[in-house]
Amino acid sequence: MTTTTTFEEGPAVEPHTFLEPSYLTSENTLSSWLFTRDHKRIALMFFASITVFFFVGGGAATLMRMNLATPHGLLQPSLYNRMFTMHGIIMVWFFLIPSIPTTFGNFFIPMMIGARDLAFPRVNLLSWYVFNLSGFIVLYSLIMGGADTGWTFYTPLSTVYADGYVFAAAMAVFINGFSSIMTALNFVVTIHRLRAPGMTWTRLPLFVWGIYAVSVVMLTATPVLAMDTFLLAVERFIGIGLFDPRHGGDPLLWQHMFWFYSHPAVYIMILPAMGVVSEIIPCYARRPVFGYTGMTIALMAIAILSFFVWAHHMFVAGISVYSGVAFSLLTFFVAVPSAIKVFNWTVSLHKGRISFDAPMLYALGFVLLFTLGGITGLMLATLAIDVDVHGTYFVIAHFHYIMVGATVSAFFGALHYWWPKMTGRLYPEMWARFAAILTYVGFNLTFFPQFVLGYLGMPRRSYTYPPEWQSWNLLSSAGASILAVAYLLPLFYLGWSLFWGRKAGANPWGATGLEWITPSPPTKHNFERTPVVTLGPYSYDPDEDSFITQEGVRHVR
Amino acid sequence: MYHWIPFWPETAAVNAVVVNNLYIAELGLGALIMLTVVLMMLTFCIRYRKSGTASRANLTTDTWRFEILWTVATLAAFLVLFVWGAQIYIWLFKPPPADEEVYVVGKQWMWKVEHAGGQREIDALHVPVNKTIRLVMASEDVIHSFFVPAFRIKHDVVPGTLETVWFKATKTGVFKLECTQYCGLQHATMQGEVDVMTAPDYAHWLVDQGVSASLAGQGGALFRAHGCSGCHGENSTVHAPSLTGLYGTLVHLQDGSVRVADDAYLRDCILNPRSFTVAGYPPIMPDFSGQLSEEDLLKLIAYIKSLGGMQEHAR
Repeated sequence: MTTTTTFEEGPAVEPHTFLEPSYLTSENTLSSWLFTRDHKRIALMFFASITVFFFVGGGAATLMRMNLATPHGLLQPSLYNRMFTMHGIIMVWFFLIPSIPTTFGNFFIPMMIGARDLAFPRVNLLSWYVFNLSGFIVLYSLIMGGADTGWTFYTPLSTVYADGYVFAAAMAVFINGFSSIMTALNFVVTIHRLRAPGMTWTRLPLFVWGIYAVSVVMLTATPVLAMDTFLLAVERFIGIGLFDPRHGGDPLLWQHMFWFYSHPAVYIMILPAMGVVSEIIPCYARRPVFGYTGMTIALMAIAILSFFVWAHHMFVAGISVYSGVAFSLLTFFVAVPSAIKVFNWTVSLHKGRISFDAPMLYALGFVLLFTLGGITGLMLATLAIDVDVHGTYFVIAHFHYIMVGATVSAFFGALHYWWPKMTGRLYPEMWARFAAILTYVGFNLTFFPQFVLGYLGMPRRSYTYPPEWQSWNLLSSAGASILAVAYLLPLFYLGWSLFWGRKAGANPWGATGLEWITPSPPTKHNFERTPVVTLGPYSYDPDEDSFITQEGVRHVR
Repeated sequence: MYHWIPFWPETAAVNAVVVNNLYIAELGLGALIMLTVVLMMLTFCIRYRKSGTASRANLTTDTWRFEILWTVATLAAFLVLFVWGAQIYIWLFKPPPADEEVYVVGKQWMWKVEHAGGQREIDALHVPVNKTIRLVMASEDVIHSFFVPAFRIKHDVVPGTLETVWFKATKTGVFKLECTQYCGLQHATMQGEVDVMTAPDYAHWLVDQGVSASLAGQGGALFRAHGCSGCHGENSTVHAPSLTGLYGTLVHLQDGSVRVADDAYLRDCILNPRSFTVAGYPPIMPDFSGQLSEEDLLKLIAYIKSLGGMQEHAR
């Protein structure tokens, strides 16, 4: 049943003429967007929301790096403290956690498994409204003056001593969690119930596996966050003495509860990015991903182990020495599947037919930055090293390598990779490559100096520092300005491509997933007929430069 | 003022040397891993670029052999790091017998230091070189974190309990003292200096402070002023546990549990005696929570310690 067709590169010939209008043009009223149940439109609406928050959070970061360019700074201490708090809260809950799942997950999970929509389209829309409600509350908190507790809300500072809009910020996080839960529930049910005939678990693209893993973590961890923020609010208003030692409470209880959610949250931010990169690398290396089964096992192992490492944030907080030892061991365990993934991605280049388009540049950047973030994560898992560098810029640098270096790179990689499918237009390749390389350079220049500053002992969350540390800080601020340009650039050239970009064919990259058999942009219900899957993903053959889609159609390039 | 870009902190304590070695080893291993990944990536990217002519035949299919190889290799390397790091951690947080004890109170936004002789300082800590110093730390308000980069030691100071940390400086000089747990508006300025002096200099410095009463002496005065001596004093007729020789011993409580009478235990007992009633004694002690500042508590504890006990068990 395998048929052979020739496949032309670039904006190719459409296999059929599609008479049906695309999801973008099928209805044009405002209410057709605001009340849509189409997962693709909701994905774009989420994309708009999180883009706003990305630049709000980025604005706060810009102010921080401007302040730190000189030892004595520009900002008032209170403003600086509020900026880093709001930067953390907005970037974690209003950009990173929803980023890939709510946009590319929403758009492509149904398309990749051959479904017409998510299992609960109305819940999906509600999730967007709940997200925006929480977004308005966090913006209210920010505009009224912000909170100054750090995104971690450590007690008793946050409950007794901090003024500012801590309650509003905590409630924004509380409500935001419900959006996470609804989206995650939707993905879990969709992936279990709506797979096309033949789309078995072992044929799922790794992006679907990544989103599945993250959804399971979101569903189980986020309710704990709801309890945490609720108890925080109760403590702040009534002072029931859960966390306040003067009323018999324990400040460390907050840290245990907070990190029980927030450590898995770190994996919520990275698992979808791993999924994205596992799509991009095989497509541009033109060969199957190395060790598909190992990759799925590693994803699920990370998801499960992520729940048993939370106290590694508390090695110097006064937990017992023995629990410190236990959590250190568990943290090393969670690093093993991450290491397997790094090696598998790298070896996925072996005997490939590699082209360096923008998504691939972002993906390769992801692998390198994730590796460095992972190695420094090992250092932090080592108890004696953590005692030294805990609470310093070393930690800042480490988690920015993972969350910004890796996750945001993957986000931009996904954006470029799927841009033709989402919009029907090709982005300008040279500009995109330039932005990808600029991101990599700017990122390393911003955050590598912070490792050195951390080992020198520069404490995080400080608006001032001794003059001898200025050279590294200046370098970091200079890098941040390059990074800012690299993040702003896509706004312009992608915006330009919406109107003047070349029209994309159904499958401009010659990829194997089901999403590429639909027209670009897809029609409202994705597939004319339900696809029948006969193959696993990534059936690329670098030797003959051919590929077979998951429907079993062979194309030679 | 530095004339060159600093890239390595000073190493000025026995603790720092040990941590440094581990750090260097991890940097080496990290560089090795990074180099492996980069070299593999570069080689493949050049050799198998789109226009490259290298053969693509016979792709590896039994990938599990390689996956098992790097699972085992990384796990083994990680376990070595784990054991090495954990050993040092236990050593760092289970201090050896101290030559000298200093009491530290963190509050927004300063470090208050009290020496056994009653000498007090703020945002500064004078200690003799080559002596094991044990710090007993309390917080008056929020969580602070006591950090001396040159010694590579750090411990959070959590309100509601006492924490201890130790170090043995090997160099004289002035080193940074920091707070590394965000503690509010002026967290960034909650910094000070550790001044490590030779033994004679330190002895001079102590004398120069001109203090009349030792910390334990001040604690003794509080002990009488707050009426503790009425029950716990030597000549008391009230049935209350004797505090002589108590420090560091095992105490059997009414609820059947056993506690070591360390600093944190004594603090708990003073503030919340009904939860720590000693077996065989009536629960009649009033609680002193809200009546004593953290500094007064430390003085009382210093006094109780001065009544003897097994110092080395209370760590």
